[in-house]
Amino acid sequence: MSGIGVTDIEGLIGVEQYVEVGAFPVEQGYVWTTCSSVENGNPLFWDDQVAKEVTGGPIAPPSMVSVWFRPHHWAPGRTRVALPLQIHFDLKEGLGLPEAVMSDNTMIFHEPVRPGDILRTSQILRSVSAEKTTRLGNGRFWVIDVEYQNQRGELVAVESYTGFGYSRAGSDAADVAPTAGQKTGAGQ
Amino acid sequence: MTTTTTPTRLHGDVNVGDTLPELAYPVTATTVVLGALAARDWRPMHHDKDFAVNRNGTQDIFLNTPNQAAWFERFVTDWTGPYGRLQRMTFRMLGSVFPGDTMVFRGEVIDTGVDPAGCGWVAIDISLSVGDDAKTTCRARVALSVSSQDNPWKRKGDQWQP
Repeated sequence: MSGIGVTDIEGLIGVEQYVEVGAFPVEQGYVWTTCSSVENGNPLFWDDQVAKEVTGGPIAPPSMVSVWFRPHHWAPGRTRVALPLQIHFDLKEGLGLPEAVMSDNTMIFHEPVRPGDILRTSQILRSVSAEKTTRLGNGRFWVIDVEYQNQRGELVAVESYTGFGYSRAGSDAADVAPTAGQKTGAGQ
Repeated sequence: MTTTTTPTRLHGDVNVGDTLPELAYPVTATTVVLGALAARDWRPMHHDKDFAVNRNGTQDIFLNTPNQAAWFERFVTDWTGPYGRLQRMTFRMLGSVFPGDTMVFRGEVIDTGVDPAGCGWVAIDISLSVGDDAKTTCRARVALSVSSQDNPWKRKGDQWQP
C-alpha cells in the first residue's frame, strides 16, 4: 500500500491499478445465502429449469458482484489486513485525510455472473476534486471505478464509488464514524 | 429448447407514475448479521453491538450496503419477474437501518424507453425508509421484455447497452 499525494493524482487518473483475480470461484452456496438473507424468491436463483430457459443456466444476482472480491477474514501467510477498495485508502493516506465517507455507489451490469466463474477486478481513479468544505469537514471528493471481468475477458460489471475524504477540526481518530449512517458503504 | 416460462411484465404494460408494491420488513439482529456474512462483510459494526456503539457511536449494529443492494434487487425483480434484467443501480446512503426498525421499500416508475438496440427499459426511483426517515435512496434501471418472445437476458455485446 502506498499513499497517493496531490502531485501523483494527475498521472493516476484513468490508470488501471490493483488488478486482482478472485480468490475463489463464484459459488452457488453464497447465491442461496444472499437470496435467503433478503428472502429473494426469484426462480432464476432457485429453479434450474427456469434458469436454463431464461438465462441459459444458473446465474448469481447481479448486485452480488462485489461479494466475489471481499477478502477472506484470514488467509495463510497474510500479514496485513486486506482492503477491498485500496485506492480509497491510498488517497486517505496520501492526502492526509483521516476520515472518509461514501456518498454514492453506482453499479452497471453487463454479462451475467455464473457459478464457477473466476472474476478479475481492477480499480481506476476517475477524478479527485479540489479542496472542499462540507458540514463534515475540509477535504476532497473522489470517484473510483471498479471493473469486473470474467475468465473469458467479458465485462460483467462496473461499480463507481464517490467518496469524500476529510479532516475534522481537532480530530485525530481515523476509525471512528462521523455519523451513524455514512460509513456503511464498502471500503471505508 | 422449449420455453415454459414467459415474461410476467412486459415493457408496454408499464407507464411513468406506476408504483411498485410496497415491501415492509421488520429488521432484527439476525437480518443484519445474516446480510453482512452473506456479503462476506466481516467488519464488526455489522455484527458486534459493543463495537458499533462504543467505536462507531451508533445505536446498534446496522445493515451494510451490499446487503441493501440485494434488498433493492429483490424489490425490483419481485415486480418484474425473472425476465427483468437489471441494467444499473445508484445508491445514496442517508442513514442507518438498525435492529428493531421496520424498513419500507417504495418505488415509482419515473421513465421508460427503448434503446437503439430495441431493448425496453424502465427507470425506477426507490426509497428505503424507516418511519418518516428516508435511509437510502436508489435509482434503478431494469430491462423488460418488449414482447412475449423477447428476453433481455439473451442480449449480448452491442445488443446490451446498460
